[in-house]
Amino acid sequence: MFKVLRNEELAQEVTQITIDAPVIAAKAQAGQFVVVILDEQGERIPLTLADWDKEKGFITLIAQKVGFTTQKLGSIHPGDSVAHLLGPLGHPTEIKKIGEVYCIGGGVGIAEVYPVSRAFKQAGNRVTGIMGARTKNLLILEKEMQNICDELFIMTDDGTYGRKGLVTDVMRELFEVIEKSTQTKYPALVYAIGPVPMMKAVAEFTRDFKIKTIVSLNPIMVDATGMCGSCRCTVGGKTVFGCVDGPDFDAHQVDFEELTQRLKTFRHEEDIAHEKLVA
Amino acid sequence: MREKVPRQDARERIKNFLEVALGYSTEQAQKEASRCLQCKEKPCVKGCPVEIDIPAFIKLLKEGKRKEALEKIKEKNNLPAVCGRVCPQEDQCEAVCVLNKKKIPINIGALERYAADYELVRSSELGARSKNIKSNSAKVAVVGSGPAGLTCAADLAKMGYQVTLFESLHIAGGVLVYGIPEFRLPKEIVSNEITYIHSLGVNIETNTLIGRTFTLEELFLQGFKAIFLAVGAGLPQFLGIPGENLSRVYSANEFLARVNLMKANKFPEYATPLSIGETIAVIGGGNVALDCARVSSRLGKVVTLVYRRTEVEMPARAEEVRNAKEEEIIFQFLTQPVKILGDEKGFVKGLECIKMVLGEPDESGRRRPVPVEDSNFVLDVDTVIVAIGQSPNPLLSKVTAGLKTNKDSTVAVDENFMTSIKGVFAGGDIITGADTVISAMGAAKRAARAIDAYIR
Repeated sequence: MFKVLRNEELAQEVTQITIDAPVIAAKAQAGQFVVVILDEQGERIPLTLADWDKEKGFITLIAQKVGFTTQKLGSIHPGDSVAHLLGPLGHPTEIKKIGEVYCIGGGVGIAEVYPVSRAFKQAGNRVTGIMGARTKNLLILEKEMQNICDELFIMTDDGTYGRKGLVTDVMRELFEVIEKSTQTKYPALVYAIGPVPMMKAVAEFTRDFKIKTIVSLNPIMVDATGMCGSCRCTVGGKTVFGCVDGPDFDAHQVDFEELTQRLKTFRHEEDIAHEKLVA
Repeated sequence: MREKVPRQDARERIKNFLEVALGYSTEQAQKEASRCLQCKEKPCVKGCPVEIDIPAFIKLLKEGKRKEALEKIKEKNNLPAVCGRVCPQEDQCEAVCVLNKKKIPINIGALERYAADYELVRSSELGARSKNIKSNSAKVAVVGSGPAGLTCAADLAKMGYQVTLFESLHIAGGVLVYGIPEFRLPKEIVSNEITYIHSLGVNIETNTLIGRTFTLEELFLQGFKAIFLAVGAGLPQFLGIPGENLSRVYSANEFLARVNLMKANKFPEYATPLSIGETIAVIGGGNVALDCARVSSRLGKVVTLVYRRTEVEMPARAEEVRNAKEEEIIFQFLTQPVKILGDEKGFVKGLECIKMVLGEPDESGRRRPVPVEDSNFVLDVDTVIVAIGQSPNPLLSKVTAGLKTNKDSTVAVDENFMTSIKGVFAGGDIITGADTVISAMGAAKRAARAIDAYIR
């Protein structure tokens, strides 16, 4: 059993849980995730490590309340426990000093782009942050991102906060400036995590510029240790397992259509579970 | 005559997940035990990978001493309730029984099971056994809690070592809990066997993925004197044909893990979903393929088993093939899938296959299937389960510098089961590729002796 220390509502339908897990906190690195099982009837769900404290021995997870398990997670009280926690899982994001890095987060994906941005910054890179959300009430971790980014852009789909538009709109403008200037340069790396359409749009945008772009994929997982292939994706024409070969992959090699389709496999069952919770 | 094992009727059992074979009554067990000739050569003992003194335990059963019979078995075998149920005895102990000449070998498996199930009713009598463990004895880490890991951990504990067993899933047991279905091996039996191993003093740490949660190096730093790797062959193989990533195409591992481990058949009482249609194709001819097919029939589906050779070449146990036939599984032999067809939403809507004929024998000694030109046809199915085998799990070797593997990605070991890293041993499917429960246990027993010799 793993004790829940805090549960805060970060934004509308977005919950931040802090859990006592010293073994995982000691090993956690940016880009990694854990598997959570709430109770003995629970399913195994992967959640990104949004933050951790090696000294105090806790980890922080951020989840959007989209279905049965995340709704239940959101209503856990401090002092309660989650039954099982496995991690850290997946390859850590490859962090090195390469110059300027664009760190792009969409929606709850900002929870993961935050530790990755921080790691790039600590490694001596110039970090440009671009955050996107559907609307103001869904935006998370603005202050945290502000603290570590050399420059930060905020976009909302409906223009209720920051600027109206998509994360790729900012990229387009930045690239136009770079094109005309002799002082500034294209980023050495673009790192993006968020909804599949956003990651796909970023990948398509940077492809023409041949800028190395990494995305963190979010396929459906069961064991998350490489045993079942539920999380298989096609990258560069080959089948890979998101849980052990990733979750980070070269965005220009990813088959996003297939990922979108596979994410819909259990939609009908997810609706049934959700109805049960509401009833 | 060999005493028949009572079984659940086929029409009844496809409506439930309860055990198919019901096991001997005391009267039946004694009757079957009395057929044993108690021969001096004991070929059956050599036929058993863990060398159980079979005539001795059978004699005790004949005398009505069930508890003593079980203790005799447990001198060699830490998981008798499992082995009595899932071992292919017809290829092992029973194959060399002298009565086999008349084609009626002793039903050693059913007798082992009868003896082992004693603990289910009277577990308290065979309680705490941890008295052997000395607190100053060496610490040994066992990685993976499948049959090999459980066996090695139990044997080392019996020798007096402080053993910690690390398991990545939330329940210990490996393939015994996620792979083999309830109707062949009830999960209560597995958890009972694991309780026994725990009672030997073995510390079991679930939710720990060695390689990620701790590296091998860190285990040595934590004071473990030796490490035994028993992480199995859990990497599912796929066919590599078009359409394999469509929705409702599952690896056998995913399908079985969802049902056996996560209880997706009880969704939404249990939160793990399973998305399947009404007509299911299972591809493969081994025990895992049969398990998938028989689980599917219990979920009320029409099931076709697609195998590229004929029934004779099937690696599955004959008894399970018979069970499957009784459970109305359709066998489509000499058939090779070439493409999985999808609908506009990306779900399976058919399986395109090609007919095969048997040609010359291949390296495995079985006749190689050869495609028949222009014989393509489409099986009308909406779910596909791929059960064509598993490879050794590569995670640990990928993240551990200096751990040598062979071409087939098994971990390389010397004659003492030691890997390329000093003090790190390996056994079970991780060194052989996918094999039986009992052969993994046999290797693990020998490895435990090698680890003991190394630490001394």
